[in-house]
Amino acid sequence: MSTIETSSTLRHTAFVLRGNPVTAVAAGGALLLALIAIFAPWLAPYDPIASEVSVALQPPSAAHWAGTDQLGRDVLSRLIVASRLDLTIAVTAVAVSFALGSVIGALCGYSGGRLDKAVGRFVDVLMAFPLFVLAMAMVAALGNRVENIVIATAIINLPFYIRFARAEVNIRRNLGWVEAARACGESHVAVVLRFLLPNVLPAMAVQMSLNLGWAILNAAGLSFIGLGVKPPTPEWGIMVAEGARFISTGRWWLVAFPGFALMFAVLCFNLLGDGLRDILDPRMRT
Amino acid sequence: MTASEGTRPLLEVDNLKVTFSTRRGLVEAVRGVSLSLQPGEMLGLVGESGSGKSVTGFAITHLLDKAGRITGGQIRFKGQDITRAGGADLRSLHGAAMAMIFQNPRAALNPIRIVGQQVADAILAHRRLSRQEALDEALQLLRAVQIRDPERRMSAYPHELSGGMCQRVMIAVAISCNPSLLIADEPTTGLDVTTQKVVMDLLARIATDRGMATILITHDLGLAARYCARVVVMEQGRLVEEAEPLTLFHRPQHPYTRRLVAASPTATSRIEDLVPDGERIPLVEITELPPPPHGTPLLLDVKTIAKRFDDGTLGVADFSMSMRGGESVGLVGESGSGKSTTSRMICRLIDPSEGEILFDGQAIGQIPARDFHRSELRKDIQIVFQDPNDSLNPRYTAFDCIAHPLLRLMNMRAGDALRQRVEECADRVGLPRELLQRFPHQLSGGQKARVGIARAIACRPRLLVLDEPTAALDVSVQAVVLQLLNKLRRQDNLAFLFVSHDLNVVRMMCDRTIVLRTGVIVEQGESRALFANPQTDYTRALVDAVPHIAPPAALATA
Repeated sequence: MSTIETSSTLRHTAFVLRGNPVTAVAAGGALLLALIAIFAPWLAPYDPIASEVSVALQPPSAAHWAGTDQLGRDVLSRLIVASRLDLTIAVTAVAVSFALGSVIGALCGYSGGRLDKAVGRFVDVLMAFPLFVLAMAMVAALGNRVENIVIATAIINLPFYIRFARAEVNIRRNLGWVEAARACGESHVAVVLRFLLPNVLPAMAVQMSLNLGWAILNAAGLSFIGLGVKPPTPEWGIMVAEGARFISTGRWWLVAFPGFALMFAVLCFNLLGDGLRDILDPRMRT
Repeated sequence: MTASEGTRPLLEVDNLKVTFSTRRGLVEAVRGVSLSLQPGEMLGLVGESGSGKSVTGFAITHLLDKAGRITGGQIRFKGQDITRAGGADLRSLHGAAMAMIFQNPRAALNPIRIVGQQVADAILAHRRLSRQEALDEALQLLRAVQIRDPERRMSAYPHELSGGMCQRVMIAVAISCNPSLLIADEPTTGLDVTTQKVVMDLLARIATDRGMATILITHDLGLAARYCARVVVMEQGRLVEEAEPLTLFHRPQHPYTRRLVAASPTATSRIEDLVPDGERIPLVEITELPPPPHGTPLLLDVKTIAKRFDDGTLGVADFSMSMRGGESVGLVGESGSGKSTTSRMICRLIDPSEGEILFDGQAIGQIPARDFHRSELRKDIQIVFQDPNDSLNPRYTAFDCIAHPLLRLMNMRAGDALRQRVEECADRVGLPRELLQRFPHQLSGGQKARVGIARAIACRPRLLVLDEPTAALDVSVQAVVLQLLNKLRRQDNLAFLFVSHDLNVVRMMCDRTIVLRTGVIVEQGESRALFANPQTDYTRALVDAVPHIAPPAALATA
């Protein structure tokens, strides 16, 4: 059965991608990013932190495709290696907020009552803060470390997952198959975790994909204002921040390439989101 | 505009073909339908789901969705070819010349606009009037559709009105520009029988008063018979029979019509009559069980249970009943009567606020519903849900659904024994084994209903709660499912608590019937006697509202 299942999933995925070329392109882009991140140390032509002052601030050339920065470091190598850190931060943060948010939200949506009200108000309070400022405050208080960027990004994403899971579970809680599961001897908690959550996943996957792009921007944004990863670690946000000083003197490549990398990553994940829903929903299959 | 155009039909549909482009290629939904309608006539368009009856209606009003296209034939309205009408022609056609009433009135009304405005909008879309004149006219229309206290209701939002009231507002919108043709697509499906009667009576009267021709699209033969002068029957996109209702129901010509007529429960039909001879499930001999020895506890003894909801409203009050093993008891009432709440309390999915429930002598009402899944008795009380479309987990195959209670309640493990047991259950409910690997969305409504029943009987329960098990099914499928349930009940000596709003079905299926109204029992007794001679006005109104096909005697005098 599992092989039939797999092949039908593949066939279905192929069908959806054929009908949505944009999704296919976005999926290709996301895959490319992932591969670059995984093989970054082998792909980077130069050492990303080795400075070579003699070649500082050179425009893109055959030797340095994306030029060099003020310390003579190869921008392309830094971009490639930075993808690793940026994607790791984004993926971990989204995974944490998804895992916590979906479970909390699903329990709230199913049980209603006091738990739902309490969590709902907490989420309201959280969302009342400007989220980026909240993330800044958290990183400032906890310290400039990668883990803290992940935690801050996860926490500011949490309300969206809680609300989303809550709403999706809430509309399903009175359906026949949910009651049927209970008549088949499942406890309330099992119904939420083993029956309702898997059914909500396709919709959540869309949210996750959109969120990934947003989390990358958030991490880069924190680094940009000096609250994230510290130089000389290659990171897209830092690269934009450092390059910004030179833009008035016409050294466009220092900001343009990391900026483009950010845009490309965010765009890929956002476009992928829509297609994911069609792929993951079993009802869309025939 | 007037009916004086006499002999020329108002609407002629000639060999209409409609094709939908779907993922699996082109699907012909309507394959050559011809019909004609005289001014002021009410025509019944009857068929089961997928017969193309609604598509025909949508094609006539040019409301087909994007995937659908008229690929052949002609539609003439007042002699004018409107098959390919577009733009301005279409706008003047919609509303002013023909109007449509949809199945779900709540979905058809804009939830954030007061109903008076919505009726006025419809008037303003086709006529040059001032806002105030339109509102005045809207008020007149609400009065015409017999909405009580129309001045106040003008400023009500749809959610503040009942389903029946919403449908009246829809009728008001539809007739606002005096159309000469009204297409009503299942206008009363989803409404209670008594509400259905009121709405249909109103619709018929308005149509007669205003000389409007009406096409009544419905799956309910009885309803069409009661209100239409002529009925056409559709099957798989084709028109199979056209006749006056009495002739159609008592001398059906086409085999499909014959099957459909047989499957429609009437005031006198028996379960065995619902399916033609060839397909009948052989009845199991009823071996009269010896009366249980003295002192055997009742299977179910419910003592004055009540349910008070969190907001303080009383859902069910003072409900008592008892059942012996193998007995079948019906629970009927309109929506909001508390029948579902009661059945879920007995099924131990929700807790009663007061009272006691004894099952086989054990006080199961004491165990909170939240812990009942661990009880030994969980497998003895099972439930079949109303809508087969949402009673199966979309991520479970049919096999997984049926195996679920066996794994949880019988402690079976995945393996050959489980597979055998699941296949045996599938066989018992007549579900082909090759369908077991399918997901719910790959099964038809009837097949899903069978999976739901197989799941409920998998653990061989002693009490089966059936919550409107056939309400969402076509009559021919309902007939087969009812027979199946009846057979299973006799084979396993299963007790049924049959919750339904369909009195004919309850009369056939149940030994005794309990009538509920707003959470209180108004009448109970032996089913046949209760329906033949109702003691309370409420039960009488329920019984009278069921659209029956007139008995054959009427044909002789007709």
